[in-house]
Amino acid sequence: MLLEVNNIHVSYGDIQAVCGVSFHIEKGELISIIGANGAGKSTILNAVMGIFPPQQGKIIFKGQDITNIFSHQRARIGIRMVPERARVFPRLTVYENLLTGLYGLRNKLPVEERISSMYSVFPILEERKNQLANTLSGGEQQQLSIARALVSNPEVLLVDEVSMGLMPKLVDQVFGILEQLNKEQGLTILLVEQNAVASLAVSSRGYVLETGTCALQGSAQELMDNSRVKEVYLGH
Amino acid sequence: MSAYVVTIATLMVVQAIAVCGLNVIVGYAGQISLGHAAFFGIGAYSTAVLTTKLGISFWTALPLVIGISALIGLLLGLPSLRVREDFLAITTIGINFIVEAVFRYVPFFGGALGIGGIPRVMFFGVRLKGIPFFLLCLGFLVLVLLICWWLTRSWASLACYAIREEEAAASTMGISPVRFKLLAFVIGTAMAGLGGSLYAHYMQFISAGDFSFPISVGFLAMLVLGGMGTLWGPVVGTLILGILPELFRPLVDYRIFFYTLLLLLMIRFQPGGLLGENSFARKIITPLLKGLRK
Repeated sequence: MLLEVNNIHVSYGDIQAVCGVSFHIEKGELISIIGANGAGKSTILNAVMGIFPPQQGKIIFKGQDITNIFSHQRARIGIRMVPERARVFPRLTVYENLLTGLYGLRNKLPVEERISSMYSVFPILEERKNQLANTLSGGEQQQLSIARALVSNPEVLLVDEVSMGLMPKLVDQVFGILEQLNKEQGLTILLVEQNAVASLAVSSRGYVLETGTCALQGSAQELMDNSRVKEVYLGH
Repeated sequence: MSAYVVTIATLMVVQAIAVCGLNVIVGYAGQISLGHAAFFGIGAYSTAVLTTKLGISFWTALPLVIGISALIGLLLGLPSLRVREDFLAITTIGINFIVEAVFRYVPFFGGALGIGGIPRVMFFGVRLKGIPFFLLCLGFLVLVLLICWWLTRSWASLACYAIREEEAAASTMGISPVRFKLLAFVIGTAMAGLGGSLYAHYMQFISAGDFSFPISVGFLAMLVLGGMGTLWGPVVGTLILGILPELFRPLVDYRIFFYTLLLLLMIRFQPGGLLGENSFARKIITPLLKGLRK
């Protein structure tokens, strides 16, 4: 098991955002956590990344308990995240944004080679490499955010609401790229999504989150066929 | 050059050194500081104590002074960096008041009388004053600018910029926010200490009021005017805010009025500073520089 999240509880003050969620992801899998707004999806991802650690529970990565280490240390051991709304560094160029992804790895990875490999996955970034990131469109920023996380060649990629604010055509394009990275390069991806249709379509398994607890889990196909999921999330 | 001009110019260069330090903290790492004069003061007082009480020379004291400023910067930086934005601004104001109070009320630091009799800097047996001392300060400013220039090209500055722009995102890139904020704080306060040391040896007499909160506000105003995060911004800002009060001297009663008006106009029309992104000056200078290179 690559990543195991065991019975985590997260609260912001008196508000319980996540109570007792467990899930796991195997190497090479692409799975989704779906749920409505406020179900605690992003909270879970932030807990895994270490941005807001859980008060209870354990997070185990490659057999090592990482519950109590800082997010930058988690990044160093191969967990990378595409944050909600991209969060690119606005006043740095596209190229500099990609460089930040290689921070601390310049002796381990060929810097320019990694960056040009990102340009081949996202050609628009090469065209825009000397532009400031805040001049990019929403879809381009999402691509930059994914590339910035991928450039370090991570073990697992956490993707937070990548579809948010993107037009449907771009949503398909971005999910297509993620699926391709999973299939062709064996990249392990954890998607957290409100857009259940698009994310389940590319995933092998999924978890359905409701008000901070895991309501359902199963293969993507089972979830898509489930009457409750259909009714609430797929709009059938 | 008249003695008056040399005095103004020397003080401006000394201030520019401190403002460059503030730029590393505020401009590069994005951590607001309204207490920079405290570290300018720590540099001035450490050199004053070392040279008057222990009788060591400016040059022997200098590495100690920079070390003390950086160490105190590190110690005060540790608790400060647990807070952000408005709270950090208030914390740094607090640091300024505490440091000033220590200088004012602790007899070791001369109390309200300050410390006098600070010797002039000796350079190969020559006592530096007037233009030679100005040139020495200018040399130090060039050194500080070179360090800043080198910083803007290093991975450390990339890490600092990332933290300034999006702290949480930076930490998901493997960049430790605490480490780089402290690094910026230490470099910035060391530069302030250097400026303070030169100030003390120029004035030969210092007192707590020289390092009070309004001085910190002045430093920040110079930085904002020149352009935060730019290499030359601190120098340009210090020059303008150093020269303007002198030019407005005939209008002495309205000086504060013009000064305020200028700052308001800056905030309204050039929020990035005179040398910031998309500023008027940059739009004029950049094509000229390109033309020259061709």
